[in-house]
Amino acid sequence: MIKVQQEDFDVGAEISGLTEGNTSIGGLACFVGLVRDLAGEKPISAMTLEHYPGMTERQLEQLEQEARQRWTLMDVLIIHRYGRLEPGDRIVLVATASAHREAALESCHFLIDWLKTKAPFWKLEDTGSGAQWVSARDEDDSAAERWKDKP
Amino acid sequence: MRLLYFGWVRAKIGVSGETIDPPDGVDDVRSLVDWLSARGGGYGEALGDTTAIRVAVNQELAELDAAIAAGDEVALFPPMTGG
Repeated sequence: MIKVQQEDFDVGAEISGLTEGNTSIGGLACFVGLVRDLAGEKPISAMTLEHYPGMTERQLEQLEQEARQRWTLMDVLIIHRYGRLEPGDRIVLVATASAHREAALESCHFLIDWLKTKAPFWKLEDTGSGAQWVSARDEDDSAAERWKDKP
Repeated sequence: MRLLYFGWVRAKIGVSGETIDPPDGVDDVRSLVDWLSARGGGYGEALGDTTAIRVAVNQELAELDAAIAAGDEVALFPPMTGG
């Protein structure tokens, strides 16, 4: 399931909702991305996430389908926020549930790596000396690249 | 044709989107970007370096040589930074 929203989410409640009533789930992996207070050396006071409504949902749904094709998963949840966030705020939740830990852990890692480079979001950071756009990092490209070959 | 701009592409051009009637010869993303860039000002600044630009046609990621036609939704933006 995909949710693109401005409001915060409750990690505990989301995870409970995902597993409730499905006792064939043996493992659930979860990644939560947060706004950090530093951009390189500069402290930041806020970050504004812009996205491409319509395409964002399509891209995230395609990513979920890709994960489900590669691993046997009981459930997938991706929540991505947009709008103005402050250090400490939650940005993204990826949770994957499976019968065993390996599929859950690997698919969760895969999804967050691919989100970095394939989800149409752009981040504008407020620093003391003005606003700056977050650049795509080469490390994120290589992290996504390692999942190119299907397991 | 509907154009959409995001991130610093939007910031430099100064609008989030516009509807255009592309002239003859503008039939793929590269020729569209060149045509827009030739308007100069913020357009030139945003779109002058095509290696820094990513593209979606009708909400699917596409390459610069992707064909485009009237009625398409074409989005131009910097590399994505999700997660």
